[in-house]
Amino acid sequence: MSWRRTRATAGRVLRQLRHDPRTVALLVAVPAVLMGLLAWILHGRDHDFDTFGPQLLGIFPLIVMFLVTSVATLRERTGGTLERLLTMPMGKADFVFGYAVAFGLAAIVQALVVSGLCFGPYGMTVLGAAWLVVVVAVLDALLGTALGLSVSALATTEFQAVQFMPAFILPQLLLCGIIVPRAELPTVLHWISYLLPMSYAVDATQQLSMHAAVTTQFVVDVIVVAGFLVASLALGATTLRRRTP
Amino acid sequence: MTSRTPKLATPAICVEHLTVVRGRIRAVDDVSFELDAGTLVGLLGPSGCGKTTLMRSLVGTQVVSSGTVTLLGEPAGSSGLRDRVGYVTQVPSVYGDLTVRENLSYFAVILGSSSDAVERVLADVDLGHHAGTIVGRLSGGERARVSLATALLGSPSLLVLDEPTVGLDPLLRRSLWALFRQLAASGTTLLVSSHVMDEADRCERLLLMRDGQVLADTTPEGLLSSTATEDFESAFVALIEGDAPKSGGGILGDDEEGQ
Repeated sequence: MSWRRTRATAGRVLRQLRHDPRTVALLVAVPAVLMGLLAWILHGRDHDFDTFGPQLLGIFPLIVMFLVTSVATLRERTGGTLERLLTMPMGKADFVFGYAVAFGLAAIVQALVVSGLCFGPYGMTVLGAAWLVVVVAVLDALLGTALGLSVSALATTEFQAVQFMPAFILPQLLLCGIIVPRAELPTVLHWISYLLPMSYAVDATQQLSMHAAVTTQFVVDVIVVAGFLVASLALGATTLRRRTP
Repeated sequence: MTSRTPKLATPAICVEHLTVVRGRIRAVDDVSFELDAGTLVGLLGPSGCGKTTLMRSLVGTQVVSSGTVTLLGEPAGSSGLRDRVGYVTQVPSVYGDLTVRENLSYFAVILGSSSDAVERVLADVDLGHHAGTIVGRLSGGERARVSLATALLGSPSLLVLDEPTVGLDPLLRRSLWALFRQLAASGTTLLVSSHVMDEADRCERLLLMRDGQVLADTTPEGLLSSTATEDFESAFVALIEGDAPKSGGGILGDDEEGQ
């Protein structure tokens, strides 16, 4: 792995984003508007927004980044640029981390804007530290990027790639504890929920909304999410093939 | 243009009994040949004859079924070859949403080429005036030239070019062939594919392919004299039919050969 090539790849991905201002606007505006909508829906209902807001603040960026990354990587695969890069002195890790760095930076901007709106005009409050909510949101967005990278290997067309979102993300959304607390899920589903990264992402924000101090559970959640992040980046790298049939 | 003069003893490309099976088709069927360094070689044959699969096997992106491919003394696809072999795919593999210069600068960093390489290759493919244009807004031929320029960045010892002149205007086609000859003269080995038989004339050596097999490994003059034909289209037909009819020109509308 070479930092020079990773940095060049990240710069190239960001330059591609810069030439596509509408995508950048959507990256930031979609979660911002969705959170505003949620705040409005839950307006006047006690502390509902304080409960659901932080959880969804982690989930919306994950979904957006999953979609953007899986389509971007698929375009590299089908457009021949990935194959070209792999005939060059390019490490697979350079490619994967280049994407992670570029979309990570995009995720930081996204998380800052969206949480700024939530904690400001939308009036969300948490007992824990607000900056940790931002950290978790960025981590979740990165997880979305990493999952998108590896899942794009399973898709051969963009139609397939976009359908992996409902296939991979929506089951996690159903099981992560937002709809029914995980402890109250049927036993088998409760077990399954332990295997899904979103369960930890959502639990981390729950810990922050309910506890003023950093809990052990929060630390565990963050470590698990980071572990899933690293594992899916590594998995993403192994799906890059220099030789194809 | 930097020239790297490889040892004369090592052939630039050595292919031995290469077979590639794709699905149920033998895309490349027991092909063997050797090419000397510094040669401009034409790989000619109709669409679907296995040219692209053969080229992909050379650059190490194709899973091969059997046989060996050695480039510059190393097995195809080995990491030591990645900055010495340039490959241009038939469909331009560049980023359509970046400018020409942004594309080239990115690939230059990946290849570790010098900072003046970008300007050099822009001049080589005559795209200097489009350096700031988004690639997606260029014509097909211009995009193909961006893709070619990318392969020239690292001054590779071996260039594998899949139909680089298709759809280009005749003037530009001529200037690219001049560039290819100049590169070959400076020691670069070039394997250039085409389905236009007339391009045979521009090569020093020819490999003619059909149905996954190399029909002939010859020179342009050798091809014409062995088939007793006066144009390459007829020569190819003669090769396929296994004899050398003097009737030529039946397939190409634009050549005035024949009785």
